[in-house]
Amino acid sequence: MDALALEASGKKLPNGSSITALPPTTPAKRKPAKKAKKAVVFFEVEILDAKTKDKLCFLDKVEPNATIGEIKSMFHKSHPQFYPARQSIRLDPKGKSLKDEDVLQHLPVGTTATFYFRDLGAQISWVTVFLTEYTGPLVIYLLFYFRVPFIYAPKYDFTTSKHWVVHLACMCHSFHYVKRLLETLFVHRFSHGTMPLRNIFKNCSYYWGFAAWMAYYINHPLYTPPIYGEQQIRLALIVFLFCQIGNLSIHIALRNLRPPGSKTRKIPYPTKNPFTWIFVLVSCPNYTYELGSWLGFTLMTQCLPVAFFTLVGFIQMTVWAKGKHRSYLKEFRDYPPLRSPILPFVL
Amino acid sequence: MASGEEDGAVDEKENNNKKKTKSAIVTAWLTFYNIAMTAGWLVLAMAMARFYIQKGTHKGLYRSIARTIKFFQTFALVEVGHCAIGIVRTSVIVTGVQVCSRIFLVWFITNSIRQIQNEESVILFLVVWTLTEITRYSYYTFKLLHHLPYFVKWARYNLFIILYPLGVIGELLTIYAALPVVRRTGMFSMRLPNKYNVSFDYYYCLIIVMLSYIPLFPQLYFHMLRQRRRVLHGEVIVEKDD
Repeated sequence: MDALALEASGKKLPNGSSITALPPTTPAKRKPAKKAKKAVVFFEVEILDAKTKDKLCFLDKVEPNATIGEIKSMFHKSHPQFYPARQSIRLDPKGKSLKDEDVLQHLPVGTTATFYFRDLGAQISWVTVFLTEYTGPLVIYLLFYFRVPFIYAPKYDFTTSKHWVVHLACMCHSFHYVKRLLETLFVHRFSHGTMPLRNIFKNCSYYWGFAAWMAYYINHPLYTPPIYGEQQIRLALIVFLFCQIGNLSIHIALRNLRPPGSKTRKIPYPTKNPFTWIFVLVSCPNYTYELGSWLGFTLMTQCLPVAFFTLVGFIQMTVWAKGKHRSYLKEFRDYPPLRSPILPFVL
Repeated sequence: MASGEEDGAVDEKENNNKKKTKSAIVTAWLTFYNIAMTAGWLVLAMAMARFYIQKGTHKGLYRSIARTIKFFQTFALVEVGHCAIGIVRTSVIVTGVQVCSRIFLVWFITNSIRQIQNEESVILFLVVWTLTEITRYSYYTFKLLHHLPYFVKWARYNLFIILYPLGVIGELLTIYAALPVVRRTGMFSMRLPNKYNVSFDYYYCLIIVMLSYIPLFPQLYFHMLRQRRRVLHGEVIVEKDD
């Protein structure tokens, strides 16, 4: 049994309440006592393994207003291999994870709190994963575009395609991933800091693999340009650019919903930017615009692997959009009823 | 209120009755399905035995049972549906992979590539499949009828130890035998240039399929071994959860 004594910081409770031992099942909403007692009643926290129920850590003299995040840091001190990002702390071995912001005294626990710990496995930051998974396609596509050796027949090494749509496609594809990289660095505000480490291998295989497959055919010496020629390419480019701007507008609108460093969630609404007016009909227009961009790219290149990539991406984004839509509905009573998850009125 | 409680109890009873009839229908369907499949594979076994006894050779055996095996093996797709809707408690993915690999072999290898239909490896996997399926479906049938003879349970959870690897050998040898034919004829393949800007080489696809046995077969095999330990020896195995 680990005993980690916390130094009493001498902080006083804001409402001066005196705390009596409560049975674990009642919620800990106590009425503030009118006495001006300045004594602080500390909590004791014991952390058990969720699977084996072994006592992993015992913390005494924990402040009542300590957050789960602070408790995770304390646990990390006694178990250095479990950095806070990989800890899942819950009230019930099979229950939901508690949030870092949850305050100890507001949880349904007595003065001796029992938490269950689950190891989430090695974690990696979202930013790292995004940067890696987006840099890959950028570089890989260019390798095929410049026809570096060992991809196509040697007589084509370092040659360029005679079709101008191939050059256009390279610009669009590269622009798309540069935009994503810049958004990751400067626009997005992530709710979660980390994700499981194995996700980076899964995600990179997906993005890099598809990028290579698409780039191979688009930049192939035997590439066939679109059937309807200029018209098709022009329309495709307009759709692509429109949706790229739309996607960026949505990302900026979502960022502005959330003050820096916070994890608050609010209902997004249309702003002055016309590209955000789609919020009237759709919960996740960033995915709608993303689908549109890739449809544009498919039309531009007339390449079946690109169509396939668009389809797979659409399926995944629909799953995400439905989940997000459901959590919006759960969290906000006044959520606009006209909105669909990803496709207006349809999906 | 007393009447309110009574109504509630009546509703609950109605719900329970509905659930019971649903599960009765489900059980009836599953029992019928498993009996039908057991019968089908028994018919296949007898047809193969009769052919070999009468003709003394395995040449032409596949052709004689081709339609029957295509029917019964393809029909097994409904088992994926069973798992998906939850009336059978098995993983959709495990069942899906097994059924798909069978269907792939029947339709995309033996059915499409006539030149390899008289290979010995084909007979090998046909015999293995027949024995495995008869055991498996009769096990399910007896289980549903709540009358499971021990020897059926024993067969289901022991024969696979030899039959699985033998079946894999038969399948791999068959695909390997098909490779030169596929290369020569360029079947199922698409070359550049074409208006879809895609190409597909069935030859390399088959090589990838053969390589995929390396990660997939051990997983299925050890899954069955774990089931065996649990069913025959009552061992409780803690699965690693994600």
